[in-house]
Amino acid sequence: MRIYADNAATTPMCPAAMEAMLRCMTERYGNPSSLHTPGQRAKETLETAREEIAALLNASPRELTFTSGGSEADNQALRSAAALGRRQGKTHIISTAFEHHAVLHTLDRLAREGFSVTLLDVHADGLVRPEELEAAIRPDTCLVSVMYANNEIGTVQPIRELGAICRARGVLFHTDAVQAVGQLPIDVQADHIDLLSASAHKFHGPKGVGFLYARRGVALTPLIEGGAQERGKRAGTENVPAVAGMAAALRESVAQMEQNAARLIPLRDRLIEGLQTIPHAARNGDALRRLPGNVSFCFEGIEGEALLLLLDDRGIAASSGSACTSGALDPSHVLLAIGRSHDVAHGSLRLSLGPETTEAEIDDIIKNVRDVVEYLRGFSPVWRERAEGKAPFVL
Amino acid sequence: MALYSEKVMDHFRNPRNVGVIPDADGVGQVGNAKCGDIMKMYLKITDGVIADVKFETFGCGSAIASSSMATELIKGKPVSEALALTNKAVAEALDGLPDYKLHCSVLAEQAVRAALEDYETRVREKTQ
Repeated sequence: MRIYADNAATTPMCPAAMEAMLRCMTERYGNPSSLHTPGQRAKETLETAREEIAALLNASPRELTFTSGGSEADNQALRSAAALGRRQGKTHIISTAFEHHAVLHTLDRLAREGFSVTLLDVHADGLVRPEELEAAIRPDTCLVSVMYANNEIGTVQPIRELGAICRARGVLFHTDAVQAVGQLPIDVQADHIDLLSASAHKFHGPKGVGFLYARRGVALTPLIEGGAQERGKRAGTENVPAVAGMAAALRESVAQMEQNAARLIPLRDRLIEGLQTIPHAARNGDALRRLPGNVSFCFEGIEGEALLLLLDDRGIAASSGSACTSGALDPSHVLLAIGRSHDVAHGSLRLSLGPETTEAEIDDIIKNVRDVVEYLRGFSPVWRERAEGKAPFVL
Repeated sequence: MALYSEKVMDHFRNPRNVGVIPDADGVGQVGNAKCGDIMKMYLKITDGVIADVKFETFGCGSAIASSSMATELIKGKPVSEALALTNKAVAEALDGLPDYKLHCSVLAEQAVRAALEDYETRVREKTQ
């Protein structure tokens, strides 16, 4: 039996998306910039997809720019807002310590270009405090960027409140909604969002495509020059099949959102409850304000990569914030941001459930995680030290 | 493409010489939990030969495999030969490690050396 519990990394494509893509490849193969009929048909497909996606977010089609995915959208959102800020002499940006690297690395770059950056605390529960955002805004703040839902620990931020604060203070508000689109209801107007990034493969669409929403009046700076596509905001022939696949996938995800969440939340909580019976283990992130399918844990005395590989041997695909899984020396910045110590952060596990997940799979995961954690602790000098009382337990 | 060689996976899945020697003649521990790798080696030495060796490791797949391979490489060998164990020999015996995992083999070499140094210190103290 194979259990796929890594839907936050990527999702299998839904049949509707595959059909939409295939249709583009066979029938709508034209270049949308061409004046002839095949070209105009492809253009029509592209614009229909744009209208559909916009409607699902309560945006208007002109506010959407198709990109190669979430990272490009994050880069362009930050770069554009920074450029707008600089023109007004505003060079302060507020974000959080647990953003995706597409945001954090762009902020590092902007800091080297003269911007000052304030990173908000995300506290032990993985949630930004609106009053702390309010207090951090300065007269020279040009942008606030807070992710909708965290990719690792799944916590869902009070986006509407944060958006309202930014709107009231006249500061642009960007949200990296890569983990939220298709999972949570999003209304860019009610949420006061100026810029939003999304990626199709997180909601059963194809890889290599995403979009950036930019509210009317927020001018985007192109990252790629060379053509008038996407109204000059992103040069290059549009990836029509991928965009059509993305629209079909989003339509389906949004249509099934409520029923999907109603099914996933009890499964998620059953998994959390089961893993909590493992001694010296702790859930990461708030219990309730989290994505319907996200379970994140730290297990004391073991290292995450070893745990992942042994789970994979048992047919379970999961993920970890351990340094060893990324080739970095430090464990996940997200886990450090919520106050986990280095050694505990190395022993992290993320299980992200999807529409295919069953209750039997949850029980199988619990049993296997318990067995593997126990096995690895059996020859861990860190665990021995703590079990024998020579060092204190952290969790 | 697999992350690790078959050899690494074999030693990771079925680590050799796992455990503790309660009356060890030399014990060495290297690494730190902050970096995510700790190795502890226990040696039993008879007539200048590594009669038995056991290890405990907190770490990733390649750290566990490197410890396991290091114990195999020194078991039954004279102390002088064990002292000459290099990280390169550990990595080669595992049919290679990814570049960013080479530090695991370095740690295995250091763990063996630390246990041998502990043994030598104990011998010196006894003879004084």
